[in-house]
Amino acid sequence: MDEARIARRGLSPRLWLAGGWLLLAMLAAVFAPLIAPQDPLAQDLMLERLPPFWLDGAEPGYWLGTDSLGRDLLSRLIFGGRIAFIVAFAAATSACLLGSALGLIAGYFGGWADRIISRVVDVWMAFPPVLFAILLVAVLGTGLSSVILAIAIIDWTRFCRVIRAEAMSQARMDYIESARIAGYGRIGIMLREVLPNVLPSVVALLSLEMGIAVIVEAILSFVSLSISTDDPTWGSIIAEGRLSIHQAWWVLVFPLITLILTVLSFSQFGEALKARFDPVLR
Amino acid sequence: MPRAVRKMARIFIQAYGHMLLQRFLVRLLTMLVTLFGVAIVVFVVIRVAPGDPIAMMLPPGASDDDIARLRALYGLDKSIVQQFFIWLGGVLHGDFGTSISLRQDVLGLVFDRLPATLELATVALLMAIAIGATAAILGARSRGTAVEAGIDIASGATLSIPDFLWGLMLILLFGVLVPVFDISGRVSPQLDLPFVTQFYLVESILRLRLDLTWDLLKHMLMPAVALALPLAAIIAQLLKQSLKEVLDLDYVVLARVKGFSETQVILREALKNAALPTLTLVGVQFTFLIGGTVIVERLFSYEGLGNMAIDAVINRDLPLIQGIVLVFALLFVLINLAVDMMYALLNPRLRHG
Repeated sequence: MDEARIARRGLSPRLWLAGGWLLLAMLAAVFAPLIAPQDPLAQDLMLERLPPFWLDGAEPGYWLGTDSLGRDLLSRLIFGGRIAFIVAFAAATSACLLGSALGLIAGYFGGWADRIISRVVDVWMAFPPVLFAILLVAVLGTGLSSVILAIAIIDWTRFCRVIRAEAMSQARMDYIESARIAGYGRIGIMLREVLPNVLPSVVALLSLEMGIAVIVEAILSFVSLSISTDDPTWGSIIAEGRLSIHQAWWVLVFPLITLILTVLSFSQFGEALKARFDPVLR
Repeated sequence: MPRAVRKMARIFIQAYGHMLLQRFLVRLLTMLVTLFGVAIVVFVVIRVAPGDPIAMMLPPGASDDDIARLRALYGLDKSIVQQFFIWLGGVLHGDFGTSISLRQDVLGLVFDRLPATLELATVALLMAIAIGATAAILGARSRGTAVEAGIDIASGATLSIPDFLWGLMLILLFGVLVPVFDISGRVSPQLDLPFVTQFYLVESILRLRLDLTWDLLKHMLMPAVALALPLAAIIAQLLKQSLKEVLDLDYVVLARVKGFSETQVILREALKNAALPTLTLVGVQFTFLIGGTVIVERLFSYEGLGNMAIDAVINRDLPLIQGIVLVFALLFVLINLAVDMMYALLNPRLRHG
């Protein structure tokens, strides 16, 4: 059996596990008002720091316990997923469109376009990304659209670098020459021939980037620079958990598990998709 | 310097020096262009920030005259291009301005905090290399077995989880569940510190105050591991791959025939030639690691540059942010330059190029 088929067979459970978790988490986020057992914002000091259901002192209906203001942790995680997935899709897609377009242009056309774009990428790479994100959000003002914009502005280089390299190697191949002889224009060739061939890499990166966007959003809300402080986000729950770590460990543990599962799933899902769609591996 | 070494150095410089110098100058130029670009981006980002920086500096109720005078003082009444060059001129002279929130010279503040970050990043880098290389050698030695598969899965998962999440996991495991390490600060506050520089770790070792070294390491260990793990995973993957390629080459086979054990073959023969691609990658990844210190320092309340940067952003302390971002950028391009030159020195193909 050839290696690629072994690889593909080995990848399938990965794809299902990762995809399954993402689907579950996304459905929970979409239908949050229907499935969340409590109001995520309702404070009740009588119910503060309730432990999760299997420990003594737990209250029914508060499955994962409550934070120091008596807010239900599970409901906050479910509602926090809304922000996380909105940011993941919007920011990753924007970064992907911008970066892929510039990467295609730089890689396929080369010359001055390539030189200018590559120089800009160099400049971008000289910024610490987290600091850059925090700075941008501070400048743009907190809020959902600022967070999305900041991530897109910072992370387009990831797509640009990979797509540029792929487009460059594609541009040198014989089939491009044949297409040119067949009378296609340069932009036509780029969109019809080069783009489909770099797509597997784009898809894998896109999935990876969604995971990164989730983390960046969590980091931003951890330092309370994401969206308004009222709405629950995974990062703000973690910030709360970090503070009360010695009194209520569950406030940190559950969002952490959620984040790890989500990030791992996005990256594994991307890898699996890439292996499935990659024409070379297939 | 012994005469033989000097002679070798001379031959080396004659043979390759010209090429290396040329490469160095080209890279240096690119680096300066990059830094200029960084300066423009920082300047633009800060200037489009809503909110008047002057209004933030003055107490409420300041007169229009005061505002105008302060504007002129900071050159804010000039055109944006003029402002940029005035600012750049200051930066080139080491004048990064005065921090608005801390009311101190920005450069002084940055240099006070930079050593803490450098120590943390260096310890993390060393850990990443140690962990990653061990895993790679182990994996290459037992290639095709369950051990290698295990290392592959572990490094794949380790790589996918960012430093921020590793930090949180470590806090839970070794700060709360088994509280063996400190989870906040750089050094225990009750200790009397005899240090004259900010390089606490280096100085504690030099002064043989190993009690202080231990205390510093106890604080540094968890943030360093959080930063090191993703990089260690990358090193493990790449180095193992290179080792496996080299291990099939004739000269390695010869060493094996000579009766060296597999571990000896890897350490004595293969590693040297397999390390080059990893070295280049480690250089680039080291800048990512330094970028990671920003949030990891925050997580562990470690008093480094990154932690100060987040405070500066929260306080909208624009001069301080500018200074910190520029220093990070300078650090990044210097590391890239160093890696590039090291690569040129070590790569036989380039050396003869």
